[in-house]
Amino acid sequence: MRITVKLFASFRNGRFSVEEREYPVGTTIGQVADSIALPHSEIGVMMVNSRHAKIDRELHEGDILAIFPLLGGG
Amino acid sequence: MDGLIAYLRDHAVGDLVPWSCQVDGARMFGRTLSEIEEAILEQGFMPARYQRNRQTISTAGQLKLFQSSVAVIGCGGLGGYVIEELARLGVGRIVAIDPDIFEEHNLNRQLLTTTATLGRPKVSAAAERVGLINPAVNLVPLQVAFGAANGADLLRDVTVVVDALDSIPVRLELAETCDALGIPLVHGAIGGWYGHVATQFPGEQSIQKIYGAWKEGKGVEQRLGNPSFTPAVVASLQVAEVAKIILGEGEPLRRRKLAIDLLSMEFHDISLS
Repeated sequence: MRITVKLFASFRNGRFSVEEREYPVGTTIGQVADSIALPHSEIGVMMVNSRHAKIDRELHEGDILAIFPLLGGG
Repeated sequence: MDGLIAYLRDHAVGDLVPWSCQVDGARMFGRTLSEIEEAILEQGFMPARYQRNRQTISTAGQLKLFQSSVAVIGCGGLGGYVIEELARLGVGRIVAIDPDIFEEHNLNRQLLTTTATLGRPKVSAAAERVGLINPAVNLVPLQVAFGAANGADLLRDVTVVVDALDSIPVRLELAETCDALGIPLVHGAIGGWYGHVATQFPGEQSIQKIYGAWKEGKGVEQRLGNPSFTPAVVASLQVAEVAKIILGEGEPLRRRKLAIDLLSMEFHDISLS
């Protein structure tokens, strides 16, 4: 299935801003993160088709996944 | 009071009361500068220092700001700018909460750090700074760490809370405390070129959603650090949110997160629904 992966902020460094990528049916957000070497501990907000989602969420053909890094500084 | 009102009427220039009259009025009528500032606004006059706030903020709005109390949790990168802007905006009471003292690595970004304040409590520097900007503003310095245990006590009589913390678990405690006390919370966080802002009203759980994936430790700021400009941007957005909440105007970032990328210069408005 084809998933559009959008990365934000520091996650773009050495990766990409937006890319259409091929994944097996049933792939989760966490597995997409693994496929592009995003440490789970650095992941903040995740969105699927502009809706808030969790890391174990299964993706479907044509989904648009957005991943933001965890920011905690002040 | 009648004498004071007559004095203000006699000394107002148009509807503006100059600072020198505010100071003289306090001395002549045995009032604090804060009491005089409130009296000026209640009479429909404007302290001259706020003349450039118009037409953005009405005299009635300026009175609302003056009668409000805003707690700033953390007086570092975000907190220093937040306190500065709240004081200049005319918020009457600012509760500054931070257990730390200034260290050399704060100098690259924290407004209240100077070579003179190194080694001194951050909240003392905040009180001193606000005293220089406007002694009518009551800055309450509390050199303590915020936590779930003392939260309700620290936030007593507070209208709005600003999250300027650097710890995710304490942020989550703050969000829960504000929720329980029914206080709106303006959240901000930074790291490197990046930041985000969100405003949470009781029951909305925005901060819990933003950090829903968090398990332990810090965010990417640990690797990226924090340059001078990111806290200034995010703090200013937070103060705009505070102003809107107090004034009851505009559209705060409720159930949304504004993600800021100063490297790509992109702002993304993310729904947290």
